[in-house]
Amino acid sequence: MHSITVNNLTKKFGSFVSVDNISFNVKEGEIFGFLGANGAGKSTTIRMLCGILEPTSGDALVGGFSINSEPDKVKSSIGYMSQRFSLYNDLTVQENIDFFGGVYGLSGSNFRERKNWVLEIANLKGKENLLTGLLPGGIKQRLALGTAVIHNPKIVFLDEPTSGVDPISRRSFWDLINQLSEEGTTVFVTTHYLEEAEFCNNIILINAGKLVAEGTSEELKTNYINHKIIDIECDRTVEAMEILEKETFVLDTSIFGNNLHISVLDDVSAKKSVLALLEGKHSFRIRKIDTIVPTLEDVFIHLIEKG
Amino acid sequence: MSIKRINAIIIKEFKQLLRDKRYLFVLFFFPVFLLGMFGYAVNFDVKNIKLAVMDNDNSKESREFIKTLISSEYFILSGYIEKDSDIKPMLDNQDVQLILVVPQNFSTELAKNNGKPSLQFLVDGVNGNTALIINNYITSAAMNFNAKIQTGFAEKAGITSLSPINFQPRFWFNPSLETTKYLIPGLIAMILIVTAVVSVSLSLVREKERGTIEQIKVSSVNTIEMLLGKAVPYVCIAMLNGILVLIAGMLLFNLEIQGSYLLLLLTTSIFLLAGIILGIFVSVVADSQQVAFTIAVFLSFLPSFILSGFVFPIDSMPPIIQIITNITPAKFFVAASRSIILKGAGVSAIYDQLMYLILYTLFFLILAVLISIKKEKEL
Ligand SMILES: Nc1ncnc2c1ncn2[C@@H]1O[C@H](COP(=O)(O)OP(=O)(O)OP(=O)(O)O)[C@@H](O)[C@H]1O
Ligand SMILES: [Mg+2]
Repeated sequence: MHSITVNNLTKKFGSFVSVDNISFNVKEGEIFGFLGANGAGKSTTIRMLCGILEPTSGDALVGGFSINSEPDKVKSSIGYMSQRFSLYNDLTVQENIDFFGGVYGLSGSNFRERKNWVLEIANLKGKENLLTGLLPGGIKQRLALGTAVIHNPKIVFLDEPTSGVDPISRRSFWDLINQLSEEGTTVFVTTHYLEEAEFCNNIILINAGKLVAEGTSEELKTNYINHKIIDIECDRTVEAMEILEKETFVLDTSIFGNNLHISVLDDVSAKKSVLALLEGKHSFRIRKIDTIVPTLEDVFIHLIEKG
Repeated sequence: MSIKRINAIIIKEFKQLLRDKRYLFVLFFFPVFLLGMFGYAVNFDVKNIKLAVMDNDNSKESREFIKTLISSEYFILSGYIEKDSDIKPMLDNQDVQLILVVPQNFSTELAKNNGKPSLQFLVDGVNGNTALIINNYITSAAMNFNAKIQTGFAEKAGITSLSPINFQPRFWFNPSLETTKYLIPGLIAMILIVTAVVSVSLSLVREKERGTIEQIKVSSVNTIEMLLGKAVPYVCIAMLNGILVLIAGMLLFNLEIQGSYLLLLLTTSIFLLAGIILGIFVSVVADSQQVAFTIAVFLSFLPSFILSGFVFPIDSMPPIIQIITNITPAKFFVAASRSIILKGAGVSAIYDQLMYLILYTLFFLILAVLISIKKEKEL
């Protein structure tokens, strides 16, 4: 069962194509990762899927409703946490929850139950009267998610929910996302952090509005890259990269933490050449050189440089 | 449309408003400040100016002129002077503020066909402002006297159709009690429209700026619910403000509402609606609070102050400016509410103004809708 079906969705701003004819499906209950660099068109796509931005052409079914002909029904079946989502900082926790419950038309015991749930997931039980502006980022983010799904929608769109939040809070935010997904909610999430993409059941990558890859993270790592990645640990990493870039057997270079990644066709002969070049000719000290399974980042760098 | 959703917005809006102490202060301090300013001006109203007269002519005409002066509430006669040498010490000791010297030939010059009757006024110039005001008073008194004489001549000569000369000098920097009463409707208009336009546009643009509008758009709230929810709190605040000014006017300036309260309420509501639509229009055009504030003030404060007839009478403006005055709904409200408050006018008397207000509101509503549709398409 697909809870989102996107067909040839396109959005132009004047002559600028922000989203370029993309199509994909999202399965019910999965965590779907939507990746892309800054300005790739992620937010634009999400806003179209939420029924608040009209596509230039193409259509999508969200929760079974067309974003073109039934945007109001789309809206009532989804939750959305926009990239700039800020709760009202000048309202208390309680007032924010009441407001969002109110605009979603909740009332009575159902509302009380959901309010409780939001306070629980945000760890704000007993702190209802705190001003939202004074909460730490991680807590605020959880409260924002809580209010975005206060009406218990089947599908939730999260636009870079973890940007600007510390790593520990990010981790626990993802636990929350998992929890939602386990309860049957479809989670459509964009992120800048590629390690977060590993938590997603399915991923698509867009670049300059075009869809460039889709699949599970395993599929992406094996299907989209047919060459080998060599991980090199050495001193003067940047200098080493500059030297290797000039070599014809090196297809791509990138820096990973303190290490250097290069992609090559034949890893066995490449390792020999690297050793000869760096250790022999330029007297680098190589501590480690291994062929590794590519990370998502390797795949994306490869795909985007190719595109 | 759901009352529940509108309610949620109204409550939220009130909570935010009540939490913003600084804004509340400005909101309620501003009218009080303006009113206080006028009150202060009234206290400084120069009345009972002590006047001494040296009447060298001692004719029927000169006595008549003196009578005109002292029969107004501005001058009191403290005595007559006989000799020139008494003048200086009187002014120096501040026994009087003004001395009128009528020359011997005043009545004969007045009677001549091309005579040049003159009067000499000696004003105590210690307080420059007061002196200026006294100066204005006597000028207008002299002009009035002139006018009376002229019509008298004309009547004697059998010409009856001379247009009656109607001098109405108005000292806006120093209003009399009557003028203040006249100013209160204008003051209310200004407070209402500034509150409505600035508050509504800022509160809408703030949501745009902070991105919370997206969150509301995606909920079940539709545009009408959103706008109603936003409008209601500010209508309440503006109304409350208007009533406060009205009450202050009653207490401080003995203002009495001659006409129907209901009609005044109706007129005010229509006017507020115009202000709120103007605020919505601003929020559609502006994308940041700063821009919104600038446009809102420009559209509400300035025209309602300068062009509404609040302080400067529209009749005495150049024709082109008179046409421009139509850009502010305050003009119609000021005219209508003055008629209701001061003259007790009924619906038929202010029908035109009400129609103008409604047309104005519709015009900006349509404009706002058109622009927002165009913007949506571009977005
Ligand atoms: N309203 C608009 N008018 C014109 N151009 C726009 C508009 N909204 C977005 N764009 C452009 O479309 C492109 C995609 O923007 P979008 O916000 O979808 O990117 P994104 O993938 O969400 O990026 P980020 O990671 O920075 O959030 C950008 O180049 C942006 O400048
Ligand atoms: Mg974005």
